[in-house]
Amino acid sequence: MLASQLEAARSQMAFTLGFHIILASVGVAFPALMLIANYRGLRHDDQDALRLAERWSRVVAVTFAVGAVTGTVLSFEFGLLWPAFTGRFGQVFGVLFAIEGICFFLEAIFVAIYIFGWKRLAPWTHFWAGVPIVITGLGGAFSVVAVNSWMNQPQGYSPTTGDVTSVEPLKVIFNPAVPYEVPHMILAAYLVTGFIVASVYAVGMLRGRRDRIHRLGLLIPLTVACIATPIQFAVGDTAARAIAKDQPVKFAAMECVQKTSTDVTEYIFGRCTSSGVKGGIGIPGFDSFLVGWSTSTQVTGLDSVPPDDRPPANTMLHWAFDIMVGICTMLIGLGLWLAWGWWRKRDFPQTRWFLRAVAISGIASVVALECGWIVTEVGRQPWVVYNVMRTEDAVTKASGIWVTFIAVLLLYVVLGTVLIITLRAMARRWRGADAEEGGVPYGPDGGPPPVVAEGTG
Amino acid sequence: VSSADAVAVVLWIGATMYAVFGGADFGAGLWTLLTGRDRRPRELIDWAVGPVWEVNHVWLIFVLVVLWTGFSSAFEAVFSTLFIPLSLAALGIVLRGAGFAFHKTARRARGRAISEALFGVSSLLTPFFMGTVVGAIAGGRVPVGNAAGNAVTSWLNPLSLVIGALFVATSAYVAAVFLVSDARRAGAPDLERYFSTRALIAAVVTGALAAGGLVLLHNDAKFVFDGLTGDGLPLVILSLLCGIAVLILLRRGARRGARPLAVGAVAAVIWGWGVAQNPYLLPQKLTIADAAAPSATLTSVLIVFGVAVVLVLPSIALLFTLVQRNLVEEASQPPPPPGAD
Repeated sequence: MLASQLEAARSQMAFTLGFHIILASVGVAFPALMLIANYRGLRHDDQDALRLAERWSRVVAVTFAVGAVTGTVLSFEFGLLWPAFTGRFGQVFGVLFAIEGICFFLEAIFVAIYIFGWKRLAPWTHFWAGVPIVITGLGGAFSVVAVNSWMNQPQGYSPTTGDVTSVEPLKVIFNPAVPYEVPHMILAAYLVTGFIVASVYAVGMLRGRRDRIHRLGLLIPLTVACIATPIQFAVGDTAARAIAKDQPVKFAAMECVQKTSTDVTEYIFGRCTSSGVKGGIGIPGFDSFLVGWSTSTQVTGLDSVPPDDRPPANTMLHWAFDIMVGICTMLIGLGLWLAWGWWRKRDFPQTRWFLRAVAISGIASVVALECGWIVTEVGRQPWVVYNVMRTEDAVTKASGIWVTFIAVLLLYVVLGTVLIITLRAMARRWRGADAEEGGVPYGPDGGPPPVVAEGTG
Repeated sequence: VSSADAVAVVLWIGATMYAVFGGADFGAGLWTLLTGRDRRPRELIDWAVGPVWEVNHVWLIFVLVVLWTGFSSAFEAVFSTLFIPLSLAALGIVLRGAGFAFHKTARRARGRAISEALFGVSSLLTPFFMGTVVGAIAGGRVPVGNAAGNAVTSWLNPLSLVIGALFVATSAYVAAVFLVSDARRAGAPDLERYFSTRALIAAVVTGALAAGGLVLLHNDAKFVFDGLTGDGLPLVILSLLCGIAVLILLRRGARRGARPLAVGAVAAVIWGWGVAQNPYLLPQKLTIADAAAPSATLTSVLIVFGVAVVLVLPSIALLFTLVQRNLVEEASQPPPPPGAD
């Protein structure tokens, strides 16, 4: 009974977080892309860039609204699924959510001002109204990811068993996992959003729509993403080494290291078994080298802790890690391709193969994002608070989670479908508007934005 | 005042804001459901709620975070015992948010009709089940611990049901009063009358449910009843006076005052409830002092709240001012009534 309770709660949490993480990433990074286009439009009197900014702001509005909903569900789940966790540690990590609350509040306010202010605010005033959205997005991302960092590297409270009686908020906020987890997630947000948006325009160009809006719509996000990707690789590499030190069992599970030893082989894919990795490509000594720059570095194995304290689903974890790294590597390749084109012709490569690569980069980066999330979350198991509280001790004793899980599953499938249908409908409408040469975003003569014009008629 | 009490005050401020502004949004959704074939009231509702609904909704997050940070054990008790009504309230929030997100962009009449229906129905779900939660807490049916109370009878009882209905009626009432002002701003005297009538009806229903709730409290939650008729009495009377004043102003078609007085009526009753169950967070089960987080956490919450007052309040004021001056708006104003002027 309780085991299945735990399973249902974990499934629901994994599913809702996995869904929200995409919307949250878009919510953090898309406003920045929108402002880049807005800035370009104002600075260079570029009407196409302004039109992009205006359209992107409509997309931000919809994704922000849906993200707010899925985020609210998560805050309910802190109590509905994990009351014992929040009941004991809410007083420890809660301050971070209070900070996040402020950020989210300001974000919602300025999103509203920006989106509803296109027609009536002065252009530069309007631009500056968008800047707080970017800043609060970063602040919110910091706070939320810092909570997850704390769950991986808990500190700043006492006693370590039983009721918490004293808290040191600064130690909680700036826990040891923050320096690598927070930048890793923020970069992921920019990278994923950049590739998703670029991929949409790449598909459009592959279908023959090669107007300037499409070219700008591809170039702005793709440039941002391609700058973020190599930095992300370096940060991720640092994070992996830090995890090898701070959470050696998680690292062992990621790399399928069964026994603590030196000269550990790095396996790319393969199946994890208790007697080592079956299949896969092995590079002798390379895992040790990655951890400590020398093949004689000792890597802690899963055998260092009892079976009960090891993460489940080793092969999945290992694959998730390898897929994430693999996709990131390929995306760096895409960035080099772009840089080469720019260097040679001051333009992005015009070949269909390049556009095809950009077209799949969006989905590929989302896959990488989800894989990374699996690595950090499943890799922390069986602990909800690393080495302090087990996930099975955090779960609610209320019954009925299977019901809510199924309901949430159905609801989110519908939500995701409608979101995509809505965004596609918006795109179709804009294509129509382009065909008949619509008004400019700013200025009283432009008429109401197309979204509204027919809706009220 | 201890820092635990101060954080409890912060919690209550958040709850009041959510009840008033979130409540007004839910109430507007409810009126959407009740407008039938008449499109103009709906257009007014969309126009009025569009720019502010997201911000109004953030108050709920605020309440949840302050509760789990400042009073973790109370949060645990409430969310585990009241798993069912809180899940249903969350469902309402998902549907409402989704309905609103898509409705703005839904073009076809069918898509709009579906999202409007969703918005309407969900507007009923959330206030009602939030009300049952408050009823369960006031009735002393939420013991400390992980799902220590009864999963069903804790919230499925006459007191909870009446308070749930009271929440729905209050939302409808606040929304109607707000919409009267919005109709004036939009220059639509017919809609002003339309919502004025509905505000009066909602006020009477709210009053009747409140009276019924008091009777049930007397039988079922003596501690809170004694508080409401004791220390909380001035606030209860204040709420009553505000409510009556709103009725008079609406009947006279006064241009000012109805909105703040309606807010006052709701706020006074929420604070009356708080005073009534003081020093308990969960009446006779858990006191504010016992539930409170370590002092460093409480101090941090108060600091963050201070920062919020400095940063968020002016921003909200800016948004509301821009909205009131029609500098930010989503849809064009509702068209003038057929045959008017």
